[in-house]
Amino acid sequence: MNAFLFWAVAVCGGLGAATRFSIDSAVINRVRLAFPWVTFSINVTGSFALGLLTAWLTGALAAPEWVFLLGAGFLGGYTTFSTTSYDTIRLLNERRYIASLLNLFGTLLAGVAAAALGLWCGSLL
Amino acid sequence: MPHPRSLALVAVGGTLGVASREALGLAMAGMFPMADGASLPWAVILANVAGALLLGLLYGALAHRRLIHHTTRLGQTLRLLLGIGFCGGFTTYSTFAVGLVLLAGTTDPLHATLWALGIVIAGALASWAGMVLGGGRLTGGPQVHPAGDRT
Repeated sequence: MNAFLFWAVAVCGGLGAATRFSIDSAVINRVRLAFPWVTFSINVTGSFALGLLTAWLTGALAAPEWVFLLGAGFLGGYTTFSTTSYDTIRLLNERRYIASLLNLFGTLLAGVAAAALGLWCGSLL
Repeated sequence: MPHPRSLALVAVGGTLGVASREALGLAMAGMFPMADGASLPWAVILANVAGALLLGLLYGALAHRRLIHHTTRLGQTLRLLLGIGFCGGFTTYSTFAVGLVLLAGTTDPLHATLWALGIVIAGALASWAGMVLGGGRLTGGPQVHPAGDRT
């Protein structure tokens, strides 16, 4: 991988992170959420999109560079594992045990299901 | 819309986080080929667990250390740049989820399920350890809420 592609992927990741932050900011200024629905939704939609991209790569419908830019870059910066991990402990500390377990295992289940659905949808093309 | 300064800090942090994950992936390419590496690379697992630890450490410190308290301007800057930006970009859920689906296809679903549970539990425990190291208590106490900009 050349230096240009490396930094192009990184900048796409920065845009992905900025998109996640913008969505989070837009939502929390409108509704008060007790559960981290925004991070949950971002991780699920991002997993679906990467499933789709991966299937297109396998079917030679997308060039590897684009998959790298959008997948490892944008979607990698858009989705986050650290916030889900931290929120699980934060909810646990607030004695919200069900919400904490739902956050940890619900994100996993929904994320994997979305990724599988994305891979399947992408293979139809 | 968030404040332009906040957005810029998150974008810069995210760019550096993704660059670090890429560098880790390049450095670890071909290492530990025994661990079903093709579909779920060790670099992604390591970045996720290390990023969870780092975020816990940061938010633990922001909640308890007066100098960088999250109510100060420096604390806010660190939260945006390192927390939402860097740690958010360094870790990833999409590659993890797709990797697990591919792993279930190449090995068997039970094997992939055990990996999945192990990694998310390791991430949560790493975040917990980070929070305590950062200055928090084992349970309870003040916490930082990881959210967007309130305008």
